[in-house]
Amino acid sequence: MSRAKRIYMDHAAGRPVDARVIEAMSPYVGSLCGNPSSIHSFGQEARQALEEARTKVAELINAESKEVIFFTSGATESNNMAIKGVARRNQHQGRHIITSSIEHMSVLNPCKFLMTKGFRVTFLPVDQYGFVNLTSLEKELTSETILVSTMYANGEIGTIQPIKEISRIVHRKKAYLHVDAAAANGQVPIDVNDEDIDLLTISSNDMYGPKGVGALYIKKGIRLEPLIHGGGQERGLRSGTENLLGIVRFGKAAETAKKEMPIESERLKKLRDKLIKGLLDPVPHSFLNGHPSKRLPNNAAVRYSFIEGESILLDLDMKGVAASSGSACTAKTLEPSHVLRAIGLKHEEAHGSLLFTLGRQNTEEEVDYVIRIMPDIVKRLRGMSPLTPKELME
Amino acid sequence: MYSEKVMEHFRNPRNMGEIPDAHGVGTVGNPVCGDMMTVYIKVKDNRIDDIRFKTFGCGAAIATSSMVTELAKGKTLEEAKKIGRSDVADSLGGLPKVKMHCSNLAADALHAAIEDYEKHKGTKR
Repeated sequence: MSRAKRIYMDHAAGRPVDARVIEAMSPYVGSLCGNPSSIHSFGQEARQALEEARTKVAELINAESKEVIFFTSGATESNNMAIKGVARRNQHQGRHIITSSIEHMSVLNPCKFLMTKGFRVTFLPVDQYGFVNLTSLEKELTSETILVSTMYANGEIGTIQPIKEISRIVHRKKAYLHVDAAAANGQVPIDVNDEDIDLLTISSNDMYGPKGVGALYIKKGIRLEPLIHGGGQERGLRSGTENLLGIVRFGKAAETAKKEMPIESERLKKLRDKLIKGLLDPVPHSFLNGHPSKRLPNNAAVRYSFIEGESILLDLDMKGVAASSGSACTAKTLEPSHVLRAIGLKHEEAHGSLLFTLGRQNTEEEVDYVIRIMPDIVKRLRGMSPLTPKELME
Repeated sequence: MYSEKVMEHFRNPRNMGEIPDAHGVGTVGNPVCGDMMTVYIKVKDNRIDDIRFKTFGCGAAIATSSMVTELAKGKTLEEAKKIGRSDVADSLGGLPKVKMHCSNLAADALHAAIEDYEKHKGTKR
């Protein structure tokens, strides 16, 4: 494979927008100048496009109706709206929130913010695979607990949580369950009814829709306080003229994801397993991050001892391969990822982590190429490292 | 993110390796922080005659290690002691701000190696 051909395996960081999704808006271009809130025919055409997209997003997660889908500017806003909104509106019933220690910053930081406003927050530990500790969950839930927020799957280590079990435990204590599905939506089937989820964060870009748009599913009957006050759009919960262009494309992305998920996820799982095996088998002192099977179909997270993640990324990039790392040096902060620390990795183990996230355009040939170049990259960097044991240097 | 010079040193590090019978050895940083480097020197007529490094760390850590060996080689010990972190960063065409503190330890490792040499000077190693 020539240098000119680049391989993108960093889909957790960002995805290309599907061409079909971009085209989804073209029937409307020119005619959709109306504001969905206007009563004239222009406005009503815009309204119709908006509501069709809402239906498609509702169908992706098997929601009871389209009226429980609220469009936002993305997963970060959805998480903020769910956590701060539920907390503020329901604080008369209790001021305790439970979340896990491996959540996305857009869940952890709203929780920490609420701690400054008099709420008590419990950050549940996870095991070596990243599964939320259900015994701790059961123990921490009290009559004061109003909300439990957990992710559907973790984008960094791929682990998929046992949502059904979690929701049973949470609902026994009459708390609400919010699930951040940003890393999982479009990859694994999510059913808010069957899994008994009260609030669900959905992102658009994670299923090849545009960035800057997302949604929050709010089960009928759950009350929350809006973050954004204004003209009363989205049934008063999220004011501001709707991002129609983004929402229509988001709808198309949701529809496409639902249709193609069964076949695409199977294809990705095969590529993922081949990639993991190929990254680990030929290299001693290499390990998998996360669970071997209960993981996202596109997620191959590994770590190599004695070397540092960013230098592996640079070597890969020189060979045309884009991946990611939870390592300190790639982040703005100097600490290794909180997720890798929470699953029990030491700092120096976390520093050697590497994350490949596959997507629709990745081929088996590309996986083979990555597998082929990896052992030499590890060898070169281990050759430079003062930590590498002598017996590995031969 | 990195200058071409940094990438060039990362791709082709100079003076990488160990000196088994070094006159001075300096190690700074630690694996917990994500950066650790060891500098080995041989001294002849008060000059750094040979210098090598081994580094665990990011691209900046490896490139600065390589650069400091290039800057120090052939210098008198007094000259080498004056090589500072900013000299290393400047010679590489600059480093990203976040890397200036954590990964720019190479000059410190050089100074530690010289100190180690001076401490043991005259004694058989």
